[in-house]
Amino acid sequence: MRFFFFTASAGRATLRGFLGGLGVLAVQLLLAAAAQAAELRIGLSADVTTMDPHFIAAQPNLTAQHHVFEPLLHVDERGRPIPVLATWRTPDPLTWEFTLRKGVRFHDGTELSTEDVAFSLERPLTMTGSPGGFATYVKPIVAKEIVDRYTIRLKTATPHGAMPQDLAEVMIVSKKAAQGAASPDFDSGSAAIGTGPYRLTRFARGSRIELARNDQYWGGKTPWDRVMLTILPSDPVRTAALLSGNIDAIENVPTADLARLSKNPAFRLEQAVSWRTIFLHVDQARDHPPGLRSKSGQPLANNPLKDVRVRHALSQAINRTAIAERVMEGLAMPAGNIVSPSVIGHNPAVKPDAYDAEGAKKLLAEAGYPDGFTVTIGTPNNRYINDEQVAQTVAQMWSRIGVTTRVEALPLSVYFGKARNREFPVALLGWGSLAADMSLRSLAATPNPDKGYGAWNWGGHSSAKLDTLVERSLGTVDPAMRETAAREAAALAATEVAVIPLHYQIVTWAMKSQLSYAARVDEFTFAWQFKPRNP
Amino acid sequence: MISFALRRLLQSVLVLFVMSALVFAGVYAIGDPVAILINPQADQAEIAAATRALGLDQPLWLQYWNFIIGAFAGDLGKSFSANVPAVHLILQRMPATLELALTATVIAVAFGIPLGLVAGLKPVSWIGRTIMAGSILGFSLPTFWVGLMLIMVFSVWLGWLPPTGRGETVEVFGVPVSFLTRDGLLHLLMPALNLALFKFSLLIRLTRAGTREALSQDYVRFARAKGLSMERVVRIHVLKNIMIPIVTVTALEFGSLIAFAIVTETIFAWPGMGKLLIDSINVLDRPVIVAYLLIILLLFVFLNLVVDLAYAVLDPRVRISGHGT
Repeated sequence: MRFFFFTASAGRATLRGFLGGLGVLAVQLLLAAAAQAAELRIGLSADVTTMDPHFIAAQPNLTAQHHVFEPLLHVDERGRPIPVLATWRTPDPLTWEFTLRKGVRFHDGTELSTEDVAFSLERPLTMTGSPGGFATYVKPIVAKEIVDRYTIRLKTATPHGAMPQDLAEVMIVSKKAAQGAASPDFDSGSAAIGTGPYRLTRFARGSRIELARNDQYWGGKTPWDRVMLTILPSDPVRTAALLSGNIDAIENVPTADLARLSKNPAFRLEQAVSWRTIFLHVDQARDHPPGLRSKSGQPLANNPLKDVRVRHALSQAINRTAIAERVMEGLAMPAGNIVSPSVIGHNPAVKPDAYDAEGAKKLLAEAGYPDGFTVTIGTPNNRYINDEQVAQTVAQMWSRIGVTTRVEALPLSVYFGKARNREFPVALLGWGSLAADMSLRSLAATPNPDKGYGAWNWGGHSSAKLDTLVERSLGTVDPAMRETAAREAAALAATEVAVIPLHYQIVTWAMKSQLSYAARVDEFTFAWQFKPRNP
Repeated sequence: MISFALRRLLQSVLVLFVMSALVFAGVYAIGDPVAILINPQADQAEIAAATRALGLDQPLWLQYWNFIIGAFAGDLGKSFSANVPAVHLILQRMPATLELALTATVIAVAFGIPLGLVAGLKPVSWIGRTIMAGSILGFSLPTFWVGLMLIMVFSVWLGWLPPTGRGETVEVFGVPVSFLTRDGLLHLLMPALNLALFKFSLLIRLTRAGTREALSQDYVRFARAKGLSMERVVRIHVLKNIMIPIVTVTALEFGSLIAFAIVTETIFAWPGMGKLLIDSINVLDRPVIVAYLLIILLLFVFLNLVVDLAYAVLDPRVRISGHGT
């Protein structure tokens, strides 16, 4: 009897063990399936040249690097500063005190400390052979004072309101891993030790970047175990990759494919107004800029574009709604400001100039040019959405008020050099910025190499009043006060027609219908902001 | 033979010089790399510093001189945008392009020569006509269009093949190759087919023309009259005689396959040298552009040499001498 019992219980135990094992197996299988499903494959539209986050400040590179590294602070979807690795305060206008999150660990397990921060803010200045690095962002810092393991104070020579925007660009690397490391060490992964939500598993240049989830991530687990960023610069191919199901999501959806994708229930689109403002630089500094003539082809006595009434007339002659709806096929929002709506310093009171051809003609006559003149618009033809077509449309609209306009469209590689040399009286440019005062500093402030103002002021706009406002806004560390000052500067720039804003681009992501994405004003594509959703 | 090869090499060194000077001047004329690569927020001082850092503030002749000095020391410069030696970047991408070009060549030869032979032996039959019509299509359809159609049909509609990328690779003697894994092979198929198409058509026409010409020659008629089977005549007499132009074209076309794989690589996001060149031209990454063109030039020189040497092997009448040309 006892014996029997024993066997029975043993038998039960075995059975239970078996069932239990089966259960475990099932769970494992499920997990395996989930793990397999939790891979996200994203098609990027531009090549990532290096994983070294301090070599070249190019958006495609930053897109990949943000997965591995993090800045002290970054911006949310609307472009407003948010804490990432640290919170900050300004005890006085010359001091920025950053307090690190406790217990943040690098991928190698070491804890993030202010030593790493100080090292990371120093490294951009030590890079050699960089055609466009991050020195800009850390140069205003004149001293770094490590208070303790979690607190660091950054000193500036003059009040520097743009510190949050600057530091949002600078990745924090591990001092231990990156000291003495060169760019190839980041590419190979040995120095690519960050605190970000993903670890770099493979950087296959020109092809793809493979990432694995950082399970120790301070911000909690992200939905994807593995992420593959595939480089697909060719537009039709990027769409085809999505359609074929080999890629889960793509950025920069080609205009031509938007209608088709939006009709297909298997896919979803997410859109946001981009930070990129498309505008025209107008030469208002020189008396005889090239490409500006009278109707009969003679040189003009002086430069009509210097007259603010003429610039107003040119702005009013543009039907921005028509451009946004027709030429841009809805991928644009008419602009009156230098920065897009959610960005610091966007002045909601400044509206896009309403289309008024008659009023424009009157203004031209008032300014002494009733018969108009001849002008050339320079534009890239492979940089912004439908850039050449936009310039052609503006040319037609200007011709209607008597300003005969020629368009010279060039590939970006040729265009930028020529435009910098100021070979066009009117030049199209797109500019993305996190604050109006920073935008105006580069684009509209009087060119002044000593202060670093007006580096991209191709039109040579110069107004002492605007310079003062921009300088004041940039020198305000209190965010609310800075916003007010920046708005004031933005309004003045619009009144002076420092540049002629055309539109803000609208940026689109396309993805499988089971996914959602928090579309970002800064156009960044971040894997962890894709979320699974129930269709 | 050796002096022949040496003379060839000396000639090519001269060509390399001319080429590098032309490319240097060309890129200089296009524009300023700093204007494209610079951080938009950079101020004037940093723009000047970046220009200095890349040596672009010096006069062109001095930049070229520095390049030549570096080149003799085996240093073709660092990529402006990737911060690694340009040659390193190119060599990293070379296996992908070579694999693509080789596979395309194999496809073209394996299908082009037999089909051309059939078309040449039966020029008026329906099969001969179909082959010729096919080759006309292969000639006239633009590569990028065919590539996109292949993606549409095989990836988007049928879902059989992955549309882009190189897939899984395994290392053979330290060189990553994709034809040894199933995944890699699937990725390789469409781009290789796309790249092979033109050459395949070319080989069909070449083989057909050669075959038809050979068939009307006396030696073939005598062979037939002697009572040899058609199969033996074709295999021994016809094929051997038409091989010289075919080998020449195949070898020279191999160079152009590598050099002009750009379109195919761009369409299929194949991470080869051609795609690197396009990316580099877009940002005026001069060291990479110059290094790429020099390497391609060397390749052509080498292939020409190989062709000349192969002649001698295939056709005993050709004797390569150190004298004369």
